[in-house]
Amino acid sequence: MSIAAPADLRSTHSRGLWRGRLFVAALLLSLAVGFLALGTLVIDVVVKGIAYVDPVLLTNPPSSDPGIAGARPAILATLYLGVLLIAFTVPIGVGTAIYLEEYANKNRWYNRLLELNIQNLAAVPSIVYGILGLAFLVRGLGLGRVLLAGALILTLLVLPTVIIAAREAIRAVPGSIRDGAYALGATQWQVVWRQVLPAAIPGIATGSILALSRAIGETAPLLLIGALTYVSFNPTVMGPFTALPVQIYNWTRLPNPEFKALAAAAIIVLLAMILLLNAAAIWLRNRYQKRW
Amino acid sequence: MGIRPLILAGAIAAVALLPAGCGRSDTQGASAAGPSTTSSGAKLSGRIEADGSSTVGPFVTAAAEDFQAQNSGVQVTVGISGTGGGFERFCNGETDISDASRPIKDDEEVPVCQKNGIDYTEFQVANDGIAVVVNNDNDWAKCLTVDQLTKIWGPDSQVGNWNQVDPSFPDEKLTLAGPGTDSGTFDFFTKEINGEEDASRTDYQATEDDNVIVQAVEGDKGGLGYFGLSYFEQNQGNLTDVEVDGGSGCVAPTTATVQDGSYTPLSRPLFVYVKNTSLAKPEVKAFVAYLIDNQAQIAEKALFVPLTDEQAQKSKSDFEAGTS
Amino acid sequence: MATPAVPLPLAPARKRWGEVVIKGALALCALVSVATTVGIVIALFVPAAEFFGHVSFVDFITGTEWAPLFLQASFGVVPLIVGTLSITFWACLIAMPLGLGAAIYLSEYARPRVRGALKPALELLAGIPTVVFGYFALTFVTPLLRDLGLDVEVFNALSAGLIVGVMIIPTVASLSEDAMAAVPRDLRYGAYALGSSKLQVSTRIVVPAAVSGIVAAFVLGISRAVGETMIVLLAAGQQPNLTFDPRQAVETMSAFIAATGAGDVPTGSLEYKTIFAVGATLFVLTLVVNSVSIRLVRKYREVYE
Repeated sequence: MSIAAPADLRSTHSRGLWRGRLFVAALLLSLAVGFLALGTLVIDVVVKGIAYVDPVLLTNPPSSDPGIAGARPAILATLYLGVLLIAFTVPIGVGTAIYLEEYANKNRWYNRLLELNIQNLAAVPSIVYGILGLAFLVRGLGLGRVLLAGALILTLLVLPTVIIAAREAIRAVPGSIRDGAYALGATQWQVVWRQVLPAAIPGIATGSILALSRAIGETAPLLLIGALTYVSFNPTVMGPFTALPVQIYNWTRLPNPEFKALAAAAIIVLLAMILLLNAAAIWLRNRYQKRW
Repeated sequence: MGIRPLILAGAIAAVALLPAGCGRSDTQGASAAGPSTTSSGAKLSGRIEADGSSTVGPFVTAAAEDFQAQNSGVQVTVGISGTGGGFERFCNGETDISDASRPIKDDEEVPVCQKNGIDYTEFQVANDGIAVVVNNDNDWAKCLTVDQLTKIWGPDSQVGNWNQVDPSFPDEKLTLAGPGTDSGTFDFFTKEINGEEDASRTDYQATEDDNVIVQAVEGDKGGLGYFGLSYFEQNQGNLTDVEVDGGSGCVAPTTATVQDGSYTPLSRPLFVYVKNTSLAKPEVKAFVAYLIDNQAQIAEKALFVPLTDEQAQKSKSDFEAGTS
Repeated sequence: MATPAVPLPLAPARKRWGEVVIKGALALCALVSVATTVGIVIALFVPAAEFFGHVSFVDFITGTEWAPLFLQASFGVVPLIVGTLSITFWACLIAMPLGLGAAIYLSEYARPRVRGALKPALELLAGIPTVVFGYFALTFVTPLLRDLGLDVEVFNALSAGLIVGVMIIPTVASLSEDAMAAVPRDLRYGAYALGSSKLQVSTRIVVPAAVSGIVAAFVLGISRAVGETMIVLLAAGQQPNLTFDPRQAVETMSAFIAATGAGDVPTGSLEYKTIFAVGATLFVLTLVVNSVSIRLVRKYREVYE
């Protein structure tokens, strides 16, 4: 909760008062501009596409006829990708963060290199992950152009985000909490599992929300891995696949203007899906939010 | 507090499931062609994988839809890795059909197929034209000769103003937009206009996305761009097409002029390449037969230019030869 | 109470194998990122080395004309680097102040219920596919800039840069807000007790205390901006102009990689290998910037308790 300055301690000095007010105004302006820009986008999309959000979109396979075209295979595939993504990224990302913050000796060169490495990976363009996936997962490991390969590549793409967010969350847990637990005889893992992690859940949740949101909207690496533009049957984890952003991308490129409206409708569905997938994380975050 | 996002998502879902659909146009009716030409009568099953050009992709997709409607046991998938990307996969044995907006390259791609022992058959399935477009306010460039186009687009061209193209044109800045260097359309245009593939001036707005070309030309009175005919036909209000004089007078790009060859030199054939071992499979054979026999209806549905009778005959005989 | 004659050893009497296994498992998690980097390095640098067998490295690094896929090819990467810097600059100009401002408001000033609603809303907006952002920049922002009197071309760096900035605001804001929320309350109380105003507490106490997290947020934001492809492809055009003028079209390294990688170029050709050379350059550049930033953070980070 935010701390209100007690009334009698508030500065009555007029210059300080106005500076304070100006500051709040500036902050609100930042918030407003951010929301305005993003909001305009969403409203624009909603206006264009809401008429096309209907059961047909959700249950039909794609078609060249915009009257009956739907995005069912794409929606299901994105759902599977989202679930797999959470299942992979959270354990590996949080595990790495715990290792770096709690177990690794920070003075060792290889641990510092690891830190630099992770930060660097965050800047690699998504298409490079596509190339990586094609070379090592699709061809190297022989997985083929399957949904699982797509999920793995997206995992690698957003792992740095989760790791960095988790690290900051773990770092922010006060040392006194740890010391207290050690003083009571806890082992290192017990301290981490029972004290540090629960306290760090909000930050970890934020990281996973941002990561999931980004990954679900990615197109380029999936295209390279072999996401198809026409698939009329439901996806399986080890089968050919498409994804909602790929479907949207394909529809926007088609000349028929009706497909552009369908694309907007699909974007609305995509945003709803992100909200759904993130709902659990948001709930967890609100529940475990602590203020030291 | 955490329940709110769920409520919001639920609300969106509820709206979605309302029997609205008020935005959709009426469907264009039943599928374009008749039943497939399977002679055996047994139910077909299996998976067919097609990949390649993003230009030919919609054609194969339209065919796949209709084919699957009549043969529910068959699963057809279509990708758009690009003509080059499609050939790479094809010659690696990964796909059954490769869609291409240009013939397979003798120097770079054929050897790879040969090395991997992939024998294939080439079929022409449709025609395509490239439309040259200008801004709706452009009332001077109604017809351009091939020489004028070369003057504008040549590798060493410095032309920046319309009056440099022709003295009778007004003093208006020339803004160019077109496909990027990895597009089959680019390859074809540069070959026909500039005499050599990939030979082009480099200072134009290059993009893979036709919407962007439309935007660029629409936004500038002196804009000039080029892209596939089917795209233009669905966006005719926004831009004006230019008639091209290929040596026998000004010809406008239409389905008819592309098909009979009078819109020259910017008409090109579209191909599919099929692996011979795949062609031996009944479901693939039936699908390719469907493509070839019904190409006219598929072209009409997917807004491509159908084959001439002569070209259709050749494709049919190639098919007979390849499957005997 | 009897006092022990000899202090008891603090190490456990028995080695706890569970702890060892756990440490191993966690280290394995960390190795995933190492494996990723090794994979990227192999995937990028091996073909890049082949590329530099044909094109001189010096020409590549210092050349000012980038036209690798045309018949008369030219391989100077400087325009791409300048394009990347230009777009990233405008993105940061937008995202840093707005993101930090939003974060401060959410953390220090907003009521908990407001925060609980606005923060997820902001994060949801992070999920908008970048294609949408790209079209928005092209069809809305560019005409807007023209109406405002700026003589921008149809494709320009400013529109793309601004929209990339807007795209990373949720990342910057949300992570910064987390960092500020984690600052212990005692620090604020102490400052208030000394008579500080809310403005002073926010800017002089909370933000400096949260600098590690805020910098992490900025770094993540910048990294995303540098790696962004779709928005740049759609709004900045694909013209590798060597210019810092934001009104003209530019091409960034990431955009070039995306456009060429998904295109029609036969794999294995020299043109295709340009992707890897540019990718390797990008990797090295971000490595340099990141090591500098890590050093700076380590120097200025404040640790409490």
